[in-house]
Amino acid sequence: MSGGWLSRLTAGLGRSAGRLGGQIGAVFTKRKLDQAALDELEDLLVAADLGPVVAGEVTERLRADKFDRDVTDEEVREALAGVVAETLEPVALPLNIDRSNRPHVILVVGVNGTGKTTTIGKMAKVLIESGEKVVLAAGDTFRAAAIEQLTIWGERVGAEVVARDVGADAAAVAYEALARAREIDADILLVDTAGRLQNKTGLMEELAKIGRVIGKLDETAPHDVLLVLDATTGQNAISQVEVFRDVAAVSGLAMTKLDGSARGGVLVAVAARFGLPIHFIGVGEGVDDLQPFDAGDFARALTSP
Amino acid sequence: MFDSLSGRLSEVFERLTKRGVLSEGDVDAAMREVRLALLEADVALPVARDFIEKARAQAVGQDVLRSVTPGQMVVKIVHDELVTMLGEESAELDLNAPPPVAVLMVGLQGSGKTTTTAKIAKRLVERDRKRVLMASLDTRRPAAQEQLKILGEQAGVPTLPIVEGQTPVAIARRAMQAAKLQSIDVVMLDTAGRLAIDEALMAEVAEVKAESQPYETLLVADALTGQDAVTVADNFNKRVGLTGIVLTRVDGDGRGGAALSMRAVTGCPIKLLGVGEQLDALEGFHPDRIAGRILGMGDVVSLVERAAETIEEEEAEKLARKVQKGQFDLEDMLGQLRQITKMGGLEGLMGMLPGVGKMKQQMADAKIDPALIKKQEAIILSMTQGERHNPKVIHASRKRRIATGSGTSVQEVNKLLKQHKQMVTTMKKVNKLGKKGLMRHGLPGLS
Ligand SMILES: Nc1nc2c(ncn2[C@@H]2O[C@H](COP(=O)(O)OP(=O)(O)OP(=O)(O)O)[C@@H](O)[C@H]2O)c(=O)[nH]1
Ligand SMILES: Nc1nc2c(ncn2[C@@H]2O[C@H](COP(=O)(O)OP(=O)(O)O)[C@@H](O)[C@H]2O)c(=O)[nH]1
Ligand SMILES: [Mg+2]
Ligand SMILES: [Mg+2]
Repeated sequence: MSGGWLSRLTAGLGRSAGRLGGQIGAVFTKRKLDQAALDELEDLLVAADLGPVVAGEVTERLRADKFDRDVTDEEVREALAGVVAETLEPVALPLNIDRSNRPHVILVVGVNGTGKTTTIGKMAKVLIESGEKVVLAAGDTFRAAAIEQLTIWGERVGAEVVARDVGADAAAVAYEALARAREIDADILLVDTAGRLQNKTGLMEELAKIGRVIGKLDETAPHDVLLVLDATTGQNAISQVEVFRDVAAVSGLAMTKLDGSARGGVLVAVAARFGLPIHFIGVGEGVDDLQPFDAGDFARALTSP
Repeated sequence: MFDSLSGRLSEVFERLTKRGVLSEGDVDAAMREVRLALLEADVALPVARDFIEKARAQAVGQDVLRSVTPGQMVVKIVHDELVTMLGEESAELDLNAPPPVAVLMVGLQGSGKTTTTAKIAKRLVERDRKRVLMASLDTRRPAAQEQLKILGEQAGVPTLPIVEGQTPVAIARRAMQAAKLQSIDVVMLDTAGRLAIDEALMAEVAEVKAESQPYETLLVADALTGQDAVTVADNFNKRVGLTGIVLTRVDGDGRGGAALSMRAVTGCPIKLLGVGEQLDALEGFHPDRIAGRILGMGDVVSLVERAAETIEEEEAEKLARKVQKGQFDLEDMLGQLRQITKMGGLEGLMGMLPGVGKMKQQMADAKIDPALIKKQEAIILSMTQGERHNPKVIHASRKRRIATGSGTSVQEVNKLLKQHKQMVTTMKKVNKLGKKGLMRHGLPGLS
């Protein structure tokens, strides 16, 4: 990854974490960690979208450690970062491409507008730069101009795009793309899909079908199913992960829009509850704005002033 | 997680409602649970705090604690306060200005601006008979302008021809000029998504606003938004100036706390809800439904249901009198249809409200199809008052006009008129059974 990615991430996250860090500072500069202080800390964590459960865990840990002692904001921040990092560390895993898969098929799924297509474009760029041959499948045959959008990304990064007409069966497009990828001996196939809400059973079933249909060509495919979450989303992200995992066999996560003011704290709750690998974060609309997920950086950025 | 919480909440309220006397401590305990429910539902922290303060102040008031059913009073206060904060009056789009009137759509990336632009345009054309032009100012997202163009074709609304390389401000200017030349009533300006903290892009959209002088500036926001809702709403309001909010993805299973957050920080009314990806999936805003959803508890809803029942009884009584006098006209039928929609409401929301499942079953049993009801409403709305009061005057040419006006066919108009007749007949029978029978058995002929 490019040299300045950490500073860029911290700059991006910093904007969002700034307030959280700042608030901790304001609350805890050299004072006793009493119940009122713990309550306030819990509130601050909730405001960062961590959700009441994780927020409660962190404050409990502080209570056990430092209750009624004089603590500085630095100590509080460290403890907070510690808990967050501890939860995230085991799931901060890269997306491994298995070269014995010809090609390695990655199905990209998620709720509407979370950043699936953009993330595919960014991933393709990284993969192509590291020498892989990449094919994109325009599996969003529903949304207006979705095919055009992916096609432009394909041109941008130099990947072949397999597309059919609007309204075509997404599973058929994926099947055709896999056949094409094999034909040209591509290393990786990235399959875009239409956004869908997890409570629409019919649409969710369609995802399962895509899996079944490409399985006819290669019974081990798809090798990865990447769920794209939007950092702006609140506690509903938990339900998104649960349902997409159950129906579409999600194998890993990406979180986009972390360059905004949203803090993405729900990811901590998601990690604690599902333990699914978190592979990437999106920090902008540009082709280079994809970063690997790093637990320590994420935790620090979330808690630094 | 949500289930257990709303379960806990119901317990607290059950305890409350059973008690004859409440202490301040009881109220405080209940308020703590309500606060947690709000936070779980993604209501922003400062807004939740403010809410609890207000609700508590009312709940510990003398009248409440001394009333016959203090627990129920507290439940009602919480619900009513939510509805108040969400905005009681339903606010419509205000386009009362000399044409061309511009409507500017703003929001974060992927929030649903383009889809909503097309939905509103379609509704203005079809329902309000406006001449509408749509223009995409999104020069950033690949194929964004193409997306709006395609949606325009689907909706039957013209879009401003795409000229490569123009800036958003230049496109806005061109759109307004074109609108003047073509005597367009409303110009819908779709913009690129932007982060609320992106200074350069916020400045750009402010410039677009200065150029186009929109009468409505709508923030399009995802109903699934978390705590960031306050920052987004506040920044957009301060930098651009909002006149209303459109919440999208209300068809999801989110608890919709963002509605409360954004309404509270901007003071702007929520004007519309996006309830699906299709271009007709646009609804008005009903604060009580979102309120029940945010709290996620059956008690509040059943309370509302009880209140609704009283209204129904009154109406049924009025209706019974009319039927007796043989005066049940199409205007009354419209009222009935609306009551059904009110009860059943947004189909997507229905299933999610605890306690509404039962009602949904009743509707299913009565074979009531919400889409059909909407169609029937449209047919009656396309009639003149005279026609509604005296359906006998509706002959062939009037039927054709009504069918065109409501986007239906003459057969469908005929069917409705026949149903009205059947209803009058059936009602006379039901009337003999007593007024309550009417609502219990549902309306005949709606399948
Ligand atoms: N700021 C920011 N914007 C992003 C990021 N990722 C995607 N976006 C933007 O979010 C919007 C939606 O992205 P898409 O990639 O089209 O999302 P999608 O999930 O494919 O959307 P649908 O196919 O419509 O469901 C676009 O405007 C993107 O430019 C990110 O990391 N940061
Ligand atoms: N389920 C659902 N999807 C919606 C709604 N509004 C928009 N969408 C979808 O959300 C995605 C992004 O919408 P779009 O209008 O392109 O967002 P924009 O980037 O803000 O212009 C698309 O997949 C739309 O189909 C809604 O109310 N419900
Ligand atoms: Mg897409
Ligand atoms: Mg758009």
